[in-house]
Amino acid sequence: MIATGQTLKSSKGEIKGRSLWVDARHRLMRNRAAVASMIVLGLVAGLAILAPLLSPFAYDEVNYDIIACAPGWWPVQAACTAPGHIFGTDAVGRDLFERVLFGARVSLAVGLVATLVSLIIGVLYGAIAGYAGGRLDGLMMRIVDVLYSLPFIFFVIILMVMFDRNFILLFVAIGAVEWLTMARIVRGQTLSIKQKEFIEAARAAGVGPMGIILRHVIPNVVGPVMVYVTLTVPGVILTESFLSFLGLGIQEPLTSWGVLISDGADQMETAPWMLLFPALFMAVTLFCFNFIGDGLRDALDPKDR
Amino acid sequence: MIAYTLRRLLGAIPTLFVIVTLAFFMMRAAPGGPFDTQRKLTPEVERNIKAAYDLDKPLVQQYLIYLGKVAHGDLGPSYKNKDFTVVQLIGTGLPVSARLGLCAMALALLLGTALGAAAALKQNRWEDYSVMALAMLGITIPTFVTAPILTLLLGIYTGWLPVGGWNGGALANMVLPVAVLALPQTAIVARLMRGSMIEVLRANYIRTARAKGLPTHRIVLGHALRAAALPLVSYLGPALAAVLTGSLIVENIFGLPGIGRYFVQGALNRDYTLVLGVVICYAALIIFLNFLTDIAYGLLDPRVRMS
Repeated sequence: MIATGQTLKSSKGEIKGRSLWVDARHRLMRNRAAVASMIVLGLVAGLAILAPLLSPFAYDEVNYDIIACAPGWWPVQAACTAPGHIFGTDAVGRDLFERVLFGARVSLAVGLVATLVSLIIGVLYGAIAGYAGGRLDGLMMRIVDVLYSLPFIFFVIILMVMFDRNFILLFVAIGAVEWLTMARIVRGQTLSIKQKEFIEAARAAGVGPMGIILRHVIPNVVGPVMVYVTLTVPGVILTESFLSFLGLGIQEPLTSWGVLISDGADQMETAPWMLLFPALFMAVTLFCFNFIGDGLRDALDPKDR
Repeated sequence: MIAYTLRRLLGAIPTLFVIVTLAFFMMRAAPGGPFDTQRKLTPEVERNIKAAYDLDKPLVQQYLIYLGKVAHGDLGPSYKNKDFTVVQLIGTGLPVSARLGLCAMALALLLGTALGAAAALKQNRWEDYSVMALAMLGITIPTFVTAPILTLLLGIYTGWLPVGGWNGGALANMVLPVAVLALPQTAIVARLMRGSMIEVLRANYIRTARAKGLPTHRIVLGHALRAAALPLVSYLGPALAAVLTGSLIVENIFGLPGIGRYFVQGALNRDYTLVLGVVICYAALIIFLNFLTDIAYGLLDPRVRMS
């Protein structure tokens, strides 16, 4: 454990204070599970970005000669094998490796964009409510309470139907649903921050309320928000896959892990690789996000250790 | 207490109202309608059908008609499942979903508390680490992955359990869906239980019980377990919502005739009344069960005041 009050001597001999962030980074880097998760996640993201370069096949290239064929190295005897395809092929002979990586692109993109949407709405809403206080705060939080008690997955499903499975709106719809907890966390933090002297100083210097919120309140809630963001991303990826699994999400020929898992579940008796590879990629990614989130929380919240 | 109950029940009415309103207008904003078919209907037929279901009136008027009916407990006819009213459909589906959900909750609570308490008692030993690793697995791997994989292993490769279907609620048909539904909740309950148990075991009254020579099992069962299980009560509400959401997936995968399945079908077919009916039913259920949880919490923990 590193005491926060300590100072580091730099090479020139002057005394340098250690910020909370430096301390937190040290603690995070010593958390082996979190570091390993970051490396694995980086690999998955790298594979997803480089996807078209990694295989001679295109993700939507149909080949009716090799329908649902096992990869060449598959240990169990299968009806047919397709040696060139390292993850085998799907029900219309498309290369599963490319499809899993394109699914990763979609799933990660949905995760990041929807989280960004929820971040913007949640942080602004929470900061405004917390800073304003009084009746406005009461009203805004009351709205959050009411929204909290809605069965949200139903609304996401209805939203998807409403937007007719539009890809971009899927991001927005999920993000628009995930901001509630973020707003609560930020409001709680804001309530304590607004009592601090530097806020009073800013007010005395003539900074307007919006200026104080944007310049002074929000930068100080970054810690808890960051932790929650790393936990929101896997939540969003799950929601998207859930919708795609039910046939309400991404449409052919585009794909996502949810679609692939759903297709794989249909074919699992004859072609289990169609289920196993996307499921594996998805599980590993979700694992990594959770470990990073746990690591960040431990690193940023010293009293919790 | 009575005043509190009354206030909570009255508070539920605006929430339900918001839900019905949102769901009604969102559903109507969706492109397409319940009577769109491959073949174009003749204008006369279409007009007659629409008139029969009040769909030709202005939207606001339809909304008011619907609200009036709901207030009388009539959720209207299902547009797609002809000859059935929504109340009838929910009446057949709800027992299935409820049975599934309750079994999963009971299993998750029992197993989760036991595993969590065991892990806390063996803190930082291999028992603890293996339970927590399992819990991490249970939390991160989604229902729609565990369901097909378990079906593959236990249903297809070994042939021990039926792969799907309800079969009147036979035990063998219940095992897989309930297990899949309970798994993530078991994991979360185990984690919560471990945390609070570790805290409770450090309390002074536990030290006193040890000092006066009580055997470990009596300390755990008589003193620690009850205090440690208290935070779980407040998790019941979210857990229930999660089980309801999970049952959407589980009912679809295993082909069970619950209301979750009606909902997905209804949303895809623009069966407005069915979707609204299921939403109302679920929302009322969640609100009511959250209320029960709060009451239970107040009764179990004298420090909580009803206000």
